[in-house]
Amino acid sequence: MGRKLLIHNDKVPGINTLEVYRAHGGYASVEKALKTMQPDQVTDEVKKSGLRGRGGAGFPTGMKWSFLAKPEGVPRYLVCNADESEPGTFKDRYLMEKIPHALIEGMITSSFALGAKTSYIYIRGEYFYVARIVEAAIAEAYAAGWLGKNILGTDFSHDCYVQVGGGAYICGEETALLESLEGKRGNPRIKPPFPAVAGLWGCPTVVNNVETIAAVVPIVNMGGEEYAKIGVGKSTGTKLISASGHINKPGVYEIELGITVEEFIYSEEYCGGIRNGKKLKAVVAGGSSVPILPAALALTTAKGEPRLMTYESLSDGGFLTGTMLGSGGFIAMDEDTSIVKNLFTFSRFYHHESCGQCSPCREGTGWMEKILKKFLNGTANESDVDLLWDIQSKIEGKTICPLGEAAAWPVAAAIRHFKHEFIEIAQKKKFVDISHYDRLNKIRA
Amino acid sequence: MSSQVHGAQKFDNAKRAETVFSEEAMKTVQTIISHYPPEKIKSALLPVLHVAQAEFGGWLSPETMDYVASVLKIRPVEVFEVASFYTMYNLKPMGKCVLEVCQTSSCWLNGAEDIVKYIEKKLNIKVGETTKDGMFSLKVAECLGSCGTAPMLQCGASYHENLTYEKVDAILETYKNEGKLRSYTDLDYKNTL
Repeated sequence: MGRKLLIHNDKVPGINTLEVYRAHGGYASVEKALKTMQPDQVTDEVKKSGLRGRGGAGFPTGMKWSFLAKPEGVPRYLVCNADESEPGTFKDRYLMEKIPHALIEGMITSSFALGAKTSYIYIRGEYFYVARIVEAAIAEAYAAGWLGKNILGTDFSHDCYVQVGGGAYICGEETALLESLEGKRGNPRIKPPFPAVAGLWGCPTVVNNVETIAAVVPIVNMGGEEYAKIGVGKSTGTKLISASGHINKPGVYEIELGITVEEFIYSEEYCGGIRNGKKLKAVVAGGSSVPILPAALALTTAKGEPRLMTYESLSDGGFLTGTMLGSGGFIAMDEDTSIVKNLFTFSRFYHHESCGQCSPCREGTGWMEKILKKFLNGTANESDVDLLWDIQSKIEGKTICPLGEAAAWPVAAAIRHFKHEFIEIAQKKKFVDISHYDRLNKIRA
Repeated sequence: MSSQVHGAQKFDNAKRAETVFSEEAMKTVQTIISHYPPEKIKSALLPVLHVAQAEFGGWLSPETMDYVASVLKIRPVEVFEVASFYTMYNLKPMGKCVLEVCQTSSCWLNGAEDIVKYIEKKLNIKVGETTKDGMFSLKVAECLGSCGTAPMLQCGASYHENLTYEKVDAILETYKNEGKLRSYTDLDYKNTL
């Protein structure tokens, strides 16, 4: 069994309440930080831990924190990005729903490090009931003195609030999230200035993912160096992986970074293999935005080494033969899956979610969806594959925010690795057959 | 979102005069506003719109948006530009229970299309339509973060997951018998796994 630091208590009855959470060692990091450490020491521990942003980008958290501008007399903010919307990702929801105090504890400890008197947890609107759970936990924390004025009798005071969104994937992009938090449309801002300098209401702001903030708790408790001993190379610690698709045991798993992809898919501890004894066809390893990989390349790198669940190993070979760890949204597809149709669901998604600011993304995502639709209704021809490739290549790097890339990469990878499927459909040798998905009741019987 | 199209609704001054939050809703709104610095209360707009949508019949009429603008002391256009951007705000009247079936990758891999077809047949409506009795509207939604428990549908604050046809039957039956408006802000959410 791998070590678990974030959701080791998820099955404890009542762990969503302060009483049970506290009985299992909860809020120890707040005590340790506020009573025995200086704010900069907390940041140093996070730096030493090697923790990287768990929302998808994988940027070193300690470094992000150290960029925070600290002008006199200007408030600083910590904003938690709980706008989890990347298809295939549901780990933050699980964490907040099961152990809401883990997030709140992380918010307090992190805010202490950053000198933030106020923090916001921006939760996607569809997770309204999760917001209720988190709000109830916040109320408990206030009542017990973990939030509010002079926490634990120290000078540190902190307020933490929840805001719900309105249903927009783009608000997971940190500057769009800040716009949304300010009560505006979720249009990403041009960077620089980065939020660390001018974020919420123009004030210095750190935006971190739910899991990143929750990971600060074990880091402070055990020390950054101890935390860094878990994992491989620059992929330290544990990571929540949302596993879905054609696997026997979908769900949220906490892994030590560094286990093999093969172990993750086939071991009983995790996904438990492919459903109905089918063969694995392809894997989307880190949420819909990352390149899809055929089974062989998902399990073994182009160099012939076993593929590991780490930032480095998954991106080994670049986009030609590799992918990204991303948000940890792990979707496995069996041999019957139509890659073209799956790609269509992604492209439809990105078209729907483009904010419309930048023409390459606003128009390009729509064109890609339209062309893919031709493959589904049997009117595509071979030149459409080239056209699709052409469009995706003209989006990347030409937009304000990474939604453009997120929409382009899956298209590029699907064509790169599964071009024959597009050609077969275009040549009318094959049609997209969805009848085998009408097996719902068999699966759930 | 950007592609959301809606007919222009006529503004009705008489309706606007009647559009006022109940005491309870106003209390919720004041609590939300208190979360932000006094000069930044526009930030409360998204959560307040959710309250307004639940309070005024499950959609945001021009009168409702105008009222929200007056409560937050911002211009009506600032409300409309936000309401028209985010998918959770309805700009036209909807059924009491809006069924939103997730259709993105993992849900699709697990049969979301069949669920949509099943509901269409059962309620005798197409996606985007409302039943004649005004009870149900059917929508498709993009990834709702339920990939491990796919397929799923959302109705108000409730997540209904690992759907089967039997489960869909039971869900529709329950909502129909209750006959009440379902909102994202509901406290009595009933999640089924």
